[in-house]
Amino acid sequence: MIAVKTEKLRHVYSPQTPFEKVAVDDFSLEIEEGEFVGVIGHTGSGKSTFIQHLNGLMKPTSGKVFIHGRDMWADPKKIREFRFMVGLVFQYPEYQLFEETVEKDIAFGPTNMGLSAAEISDRVRTAAEFVGLAPEVMQKSPFELSGGQKRRVAIAGVLAMQPKVLILDEPTAGLDPKGREQIFSQISEYHKKTSSTVLLVSHSMEDVARHAKKVLVVNDSKLFAFGTVNEVFARTEELTAMGLSVPQVTKIFTELKRRGFDVADNIFTVEQAKTELLRLLGKAGGNNA
Amino acid sequence: MENIINAQQLVFAYSGEKEAALKGVSVSVSKGEMVAVLGHNGSGKSTFAKHLNAILLPSGGVCYVGGINTADEDKLLDLRRTAGMVFQNPDNQIVATIVEEDVAFGLENLGIPPEEIRERVDSALKDVGMYKFRLHAPHQLSGGQKQRIAIAGIIAMRPQLIILDEPTAMLDPRGRAEVIETITRLNRELGMTVILITHYMDEAAACDRIIVMDDGRLLIDDTPKKVFSNVALLKRVGLDVPQATEIVYELKKCGIDLPDDIITDEECVEALASLLSKKGEVQA
Amino acid sequence: MLKDITIGQYFPGESAIHRLDPRMKLIMTTIYIVALFVANNVGGLLVCVAIGLAGYLISGISLSMVKKSLKPIMPIIIFTAVLNMIFVDGKPIFEFWIIKATYEGLQLAVLMVIRIVCLIAGSSLLTYTTSPIALTDAVERLFDPLKKFNMPVHELAMMMTIALRFIPTLIEETDKIMSAQKARGADMESGTIIDRARALIPILIPLFVSSFRRADELALAMECRCYHGGEGRTRMKQLKYTGNDFVALAVLVMVLALVIAMNLILPSMY
Repeated sequence: MIAVKTEKLRHVYSPQTPFEKVAVDDFSLEIEEGEFVGVIGHTGSGKSTFIQHLNGLMKPTSGKVFIHGRDMWADPKKIREFRFMVGLVFQYPEYQLFEETVEKDIAFGPTNMGLSAAEISDRVRTAAEFVGLAPEVMQKSPFELSGGQKRRVAIAGVLAMQPKVLILDEPTAGLDPKGREQIFSQISEYHKKTSSTVLLVSHSMEDVARHAKKVLVVNDSKLFAFGTVNEVFARTEELTAMGLSVPQVTKIFTELKRRGFDVADNIFTVEQAKTELLRLLGKAGGNNA
Repeated sequence: MENIINAQQLVFAYSGEKEAALKGVSVSVSKGEMVAVLGHNGSGKSTFAKHLNAILLPSGGVCYVGGINTADEDKLLDLRRTAGMVFQNPDNQIVATIVEEDVAFGLENLGIPPEEIRERVDSALKDVGMYKFRLHAPHQLSGGQKQRIAIAGIIAMRPQLIILDEPTAMLDPRGRAEVIETITRLNRELGMTVILITHYMDEAAACDRIIVMDDGRLLIDDTPKKVFSNVALLKRVGLDVPQATEIVYELKKCGIDLPDDIITDEECVEALASLLSKKGEVQA
Repeated sequence: MLKDITIGQYFPGESAIHRLDPRMKLIMTTIYIVALFVANNVGGLLVCVAIGLAGYLISGISLSMVKKSLKPIMPIIIFTAVLNMIFVDGKPIFEFWIIKATYEGLQLAVLMVIRIVCLIAGSSLLTYTTSPIALTDAVERLFDPLKKFNMPVHELAMMMTIALRFIPTLIEETDKIMSAQKARGADMESGTIIDRARALIPILIPLFVSSFRRADELALAMECRCYHGGEGRTRMKQLKYTGNDFVALAVLVMVLALVIAMNLILPSMY
């Protein structure tokens, strides 16, 4: 099943004016249901514009978007249905919190969907569990919480809509390493348990390599690459040339390879690096050590 | 070397909080050093930084910056022109609607004569590489550029010390690189003392010295190499290490002999290369 | 998009008018407005029209900009013109039921329209050719003597500067919050007026919260940069009147004198 499909998707800002700018230039791609896709690209590359097309916040200048086979703009009146199918967590989502209590804030999305009270409270509870919010937090004002907690409340607010496709725009921006780790493991957990499709926008190649199966690279308004982590990060030189870089371990291994060592060229995480080095050093099985 | 920061046993508790945010922190920094402060959120690192220019005053202990006791109210302006501070969100520290006017803001507050302001503003803008943007409006700039403007606004006051509280947290990699490059240059070329609070280990690795804080206390205070050799300890207090360090650490855990002061990619490549060649010789 | 809106409508340029001292431009605009209201006949108003046109020609700003700035107040102009036409007594042009349009009324309506158009065009020329910050500056310095009477002149000017600085930031932020709430299914486009007003809550609350946070951080950053009010403060940019400023002032004073002379020579039309 194809979860997300775009056909020659194109978006032009301020068309027919001197400020005309093509932000998304003919993107055609298919994302399988249940995939975990990392989205990388510079600020201003067009990736934010692109992801806002996937839940109908932006309307294509031309081209089409299909979610689970349905043409998004076939009937513009039904666009809200797509917003519920594709959940979008913006950068710094804690700035959108507004309700008196955490519980009510998480319930905002499900309430807009017109669900029953029982269903809403059920979803709010599940979503809160996913992001590790303790029950006693639920009746607090979201404004009393710490930065990391607010972030998780905001993410729960989108998870509670139980979208088929979940898009997160730099969900860990500005957090400390511990907070980053927590959010990533919660997202992974959510992905595994619900087998929903996840798109993760990130500037950290290390994080993308660790969590995503596939990588989508946007550069200069064009879809530069869409493939498995191996395929995409193998293009180290091109990625570096566009200033995107690759994970630090990959750089180390590329350099080793350049120096004539017979190392594998698909090393993207510390875990993989360790296994590979132990193999080379003749300590197979060291993986379990 | 003369100490620019001399903090002795600083204690501080926010009102309404039971636990102290600083529980006796003593740090001295000499002129021209570039010091990173690491620690997870709530470790007290920001609180510590805010003591350096009297945004907060210690309830216990004493803090001297550039020879001024931070608790001396009469010298507040002197202190603040000695120790400049750059904050996380570039948007919320730019006051004026034109870049050069903003850089001039601090100098105008200090009552510097107009001709000298002009001179200092131009030179500060050149120091951060933003001179050609001097007539732009701040909202036309990228995050990294805005942060460099904020830095220019501080260095125009010619401080001896510049404190940066997570200046790169809200920036993309390009902006981060711009800002770090600028800070490093200020330190290396103009000899400015830098205190850099950050969550990014690679930024910390590039400093002369790292202070790790945890639970309101100073946990480690050493060179980056020494600090990052404590991988287990760092992980326990919610911090990371560079991937180069982590690989070496993992291999060492498996009984492979490697130096434990590796923090950069190059060092890691060297160490692994020599390890792999040795292995090759043995097999040959 | 919201963020495409430019506030203040300033068009940077290098014309003689752009280069005039903002204080002088403020004074000149005031004289111009006085002249417009003093003029009580066609002659005087024509002088005003002429000098206005000259201003636009020198500044290099297209007259179509005047049309643009008039657009929002067009209904008011038409309304006043019609009122003038039908409520002034005199020789009738036509009569219909109880409505009677008069020649005198028509005359007055035309004068009124010219006056309003000149008023808008003249003050627009000030904002088109002067950056908001220069204007703020001019206001602060012109009203400087009022500080003696405990008027918070500096504080007001600082507030204006900060407001100008944060308008684009807040517009962008509003845009973002709206998108975020729409992504959570907020419906802002349909329903009754009450529904729509209620739909604003999820946007306004985060906007307020974030504005307060920004204000807090900005205040701290300003203090760290040694801000302690207007006392002892110097300015990088010194405003200095040049020869051109006095020539321009002289021209405007002559316009006013000419208008007054016209009033004496020609019969008043009121």
